[in-house]
Amino acid sequence: MIGVALKGLAARKLRAVLTAFAVVIGVAMVAGTFMLTDTLQKSFSGLFTESTSNTDAVVRGKEVVKNSTSGSGATIPATLLTKVRALPEVGSAAGEVNPAEANVADIYGRDGKKAARESVGASVDPANAKFSPLRLKTGAWPNGPGEVVIDAGTATKKHYKVGDSVVIGTLGKKHPYKVTGTVSFGTVDSLGLASIAAWDVKTAQTLLHREGRYDSVSIAAKKGSSPAAVVRAVKPLLGSNLEVKDAKTQAKDDADNLNEGLRIIKLFLLGFGFIALLVGAFVIFNTMSITVAQRTREYATLRTLGASRKQVLRSVKLEGLVIGFVASVIGLVFGIGIAKGLIALFGATGLELPKASTVIATHTIVYSLLLGTGITLLASIIPARRATRVPPIAAVREGAVLPQSRLAGHSANAGIGVTVASLAAIALGIFASGVSGGAVALLLGGGVLGLFAGIALLAPRLVKPLARVVGLPARRTGGVAGEIASANSVRNPGRTASTAAALMIGLTLVTVVAVLGSGLRVSTQNAVKDQITAYYVVDGKQDLPFRAAEGDELEAISCVKAATHVRSDRAIVQGKENQVSGIDPATIARFYHFDWKKGSSNATLAQLGTDGALVTKGYAENEHLKLGDSLAIRTPSGAKATLRIRGIYDAPASKPLLGEIAVSQASFDKGFTQPKNGLTLLNADAAAGATIKSTTSGFGDATFHTGAAYPKDATKDMATFLAMLYVLLGFSVIVSLFGMVNTMVLSVFERTREIGMLRTIGMTRRQARRMIRHESIITALIGAALGLGLGVFLSALVTQATKDSGMVLSIPAVPLVAFTLIAVLAGIGAAIMPARRASRLNVLAALQYE
Amino acid sequence: MSTNAPVSATTDPRAPYERGDTKTPHAVVTARDLVRRYGEGDTAVDALRGVSVDIAEGRLTAVMGPSGSGKSTLMHILAGLDKPTAGEVTVAGIDVTNLGDDDLTKLRRDHIGFIFQFFNLLPMLTAAENIALPLKLAGGKPDPQWLEELIDTVGLSDRLTHRPSELSGGQQQRVAVARALVSRPSVMFADEPTGNLDSTTSGEILALMRDSVDTLGQTTVMVTHDAHAAAIADRVLFLADGHIVEDLGRSSAHEILETLEQVSGR
Repeated sequence: MIGVALKGLAARKLRAVLTAFAVVIGVAMVAGTFMLTDTLQKSFSGLFTESTSNTDAVVRGKEVVKNSTSGSGATIPATLLTKVRALPEVGSAAGEVNPAEANVADIYGRDGKKAARESVGASVDPANAKFSPLRLKTGAWPNGPGEVVIDAGTATKKHYKVGDSVVIGTLGKKHPYKVTGTVSFGTVDSLGLASIAAWDVKTAQTLLHREGRYDSVSIAAKKGSSPAAVVRAVKPLLGSNLEVKDAKTQAKDDADNLNEGLRIIKLFLLGFGFIALLVGAFVIFNTMSITVAQRTREYATLRTLGASRKQVLRSVKLEGLVIGFVASVIGLVFGIGIAKGLIALFGATGLELPKASTVIATHTIVYSLLLGTGITLLASIIPARRATRVPPIAAVREGAVLPQSRLAGHSANAGIGVTVASLAAIALGIFASGVSGGAVALLLGGGVLGLFAGIALLAPRLVKPLARVVGLPARRTGGVAGEIASANSVRNPGRTASTAAALMIGLTLVTVVAVLGSGLRVSTQNAVKDQITAYYVVDGKQDLPFRAAEGDELEAISCVKAATHVRSDRAIVQGKENQVSGIDPATIARFYHFDWKKGSSNATLAQLGTDGALVTKGYAENEHLKLGDSLAIRTPSGAKATLRIRGIYDAPASKPLLGEIAVSQASFDKGFTQPKNGLTLLNADAAAGATIKSTTSGFGDATFHTGAAYPKDATKDMATFLAMLYVLLGFSVIVSLFGMVNTMVLSVFERTREIGMLRTIGMTRRQARRMIRHESIITALIGAALGLGLGVFLSALVTQATKDSGMVLSIPAVPLVAFTLIAVLAGIGAAIMPARRASRLNVLAALQYE
Repeated sequence: MSTNAPVSATTDPRAPYERGDTKTPHAVVTARDLVRRYGEGDTAVDALRGVSVDIAEGRLTAVMGPSGSGKSTLMHILAGLDKPTAGEVTVAGIDVTNLGDDDLTKLRRDHIGFIFQFFNLLPMLTAAENIALPLKLAGGKPDPQWLEELIDTVGLSDRLTHRPSELSGGQQQRVAVARALVSRPSVMFADEPTGNLDSTTSGEILALMRDSVDTLGQTTVMVTHDAHAAAIADRVLFLADGHIVEDLGRSSAHEILETLEQVSGR
């Protein structure tokens, strides 16, 4: 029996390959995700340990606020370095300039654009190069105020060679430097997101405003001493804003931070892999169901020859097992390509990742093979069970059909039951309060999965009415071929339904993305419009604030009639990290419209003083705070303060332009060592606008917007994210395409004699092709109708649940029309090969085909 | 009646032509020196070894012969479904041997009707839709009067909206006959039209075919195993080993059976 099953597979190579590909893509995505995250993990953790291999302990400022954009601001005086060197436990020590603050040394390309999203500036001391994570790749270390080394990645990307002149903006001051060499960071050529520029210590200190001071001191223990002994010895020398860690602990902390980030990326991508696998399972189930039905006589013959039900069952399962395993192996190989593709995708969205050779870990291989094989096997169980119900007598009957499944009669009822239960779960997940986040995710995920299953079960009933509607163009334009196609599409509603359901899943998800994305865009735009009125808006790039001095420079431009600056950074408020804004009480109300709650008004602004704060209504409610209550705040520099709530206003949840906590600019500038602006709002006439624009473009870390365009510009990043989701969901649409090709090939195969007859009574090859093509399009359109409908429905549900936060339901015509067109194209694409087969059938052979 | 002597069927008023009538009024289908070889070299099999025949207009010609005699091959070639290895075929004056696929399709639309052993109706179309299908494929609209007359002739007036699965075998074959006739083809080919029917129903279908020849003047070629079916023909051709070995006029089932036995025994 095993031989029979395998030979059966070999004899139907095309079908086996098409079926396998339905699994290949999902497995490739899962494998690719593991490879990607493992590769990232390896390259980064390699960085951490290797870059500090000669360091036993590090002194640096205490990190108080993790995601602060200004850093602790704590620096180490040169005198401390001298003291450290004098310790008996210390072998050698070196001070380095490497501010934690973002974007202190922007490298510019020859096109005047920043070479990387973020930038790192540092010092290198050739005498103590062993402490530096930077390794010289080409050229020499810099020496003197005019010389710099840059990372090899940026050098390659922007075509800089040793000896070239490169413009670098340090803390906003642009100046050309001579490139004396290129460096790698540990073993990687690039940090991905950030470019690196490094000068000799003295130059770096001058450029980065650290005369006589360092950001960190690296220490190597004396022979016979230990890192722990060094840490013990150094600790008493440090002020409260500094800390010393042994290098191993430091590397572990860094790696832990990274792994947390990677875990999120991994889960995110695995989600899309599972969706593709789910669609693949649909396709396999469908294909195997059809082939089992078509091989009824073959199974009957086997039964008459003495095969037991169990043997038939095993032969079908074995077929699934072999297809699943082979597909998983291919998927694993394709996964390497996917991993590289994902890195490119991240790169395209501005999130460049360090390059390293792809890691293929054992767990990647095990998970991929188990998942792919398991899912295929699972999907083949029901078809296999159906095969066992073929009675031996079918071998001798003309036109024997597979006996109906015992459950077939109940599928519609089951479909309704599953659909209703799933909707209940989704509704509970969306609307119920007091349910934990994990439970909500489970309810929603399970509910949506169940909904797909329920609709798939109901779909055979929906196929007829839907085909009547979506088959209209075929019947109108396709002539008699279109009419036959339309009729063919409802001949086997179950088959059409599960083929369409596979496409439905992908289309539902892209529709949800499109509708919610559009709703979010509209609500964001509304939110921005509601909050600010300004002629011109300058904000930071990639949501990072820009240097405050630049805002002041803009304000100083002649003809600027009014300006206000919104400082922005992270701080620990009431024990939790949060966004804090610094506003100018005198000018903010001219630009920002506060939706004051009871007891607060624009007059409140004047009372902010140095210890007052405004909070949003949402924050006050979540933290159970009211006017007059105190807030404990700790800034990145470690400074602690107690603020008093002087005002409460309502801010839109979709795009608040101020942090949940706002203080006066004066108190902000006192608490944050490197104050930066999230926004600078300006009123000026049109002539000044051009000057503001050109001045801003020179900053490198800020972007100019007109007030009119700002609401729209504020949603630009979203488009990139949506595009990424579309690409990732596109894979599952491709999987369903294989399913459509499969179904059409099998249908053509099944209707060979019929097509022969049609050709005999006057159907042309062209008409035969058109007939298959229209059937395929109708199937695709049924999938589109189900998917778009379900997607809009789910989006409406989510919108309803998030209405309070300003979310609006906006059904974007262009993407939905585009999805429908894509479905039509998918239908046409899926029909190419089957249609060709149908039209090339030898009429005579087809007529005599059994 | 002796089996090998010429048989006179002229007493039957329905037979418009005399047996042995050498000056057939008009040949709708002509075949000259048809050879059909399957395979190559040592394994080559000749299904037809030089067959020439004219199919006269307005007559029902039956083709008989034992299995492997080449009768189906002959019909397929006459209908343009298969190509001869050598020889020539014309249908309605058109040389079909060198036509491409599109021209052959057009030929089938305009000049040829088909009846199959297994009816071959489209299961999702109604009887009426199945009947009109050839016209629609050709992009034409059925003439309602003609359609009505046709449906009347085949006796399906009350079954028009039924789908094939709701029709008996005989009714399905009636639909198939109507479908073959609907385009008023120059010639109608029937491949074992009663092969899948019981004897009563067979008789009905044969009567229907005979009737279409008599009332509509429908030239018909029928390949059959069944002597009773061949007995309605105006002419019965016997094939054996790729040759036409007998050419009878209207004959009784008994005569046909005897001839067939003789032919098979050779």
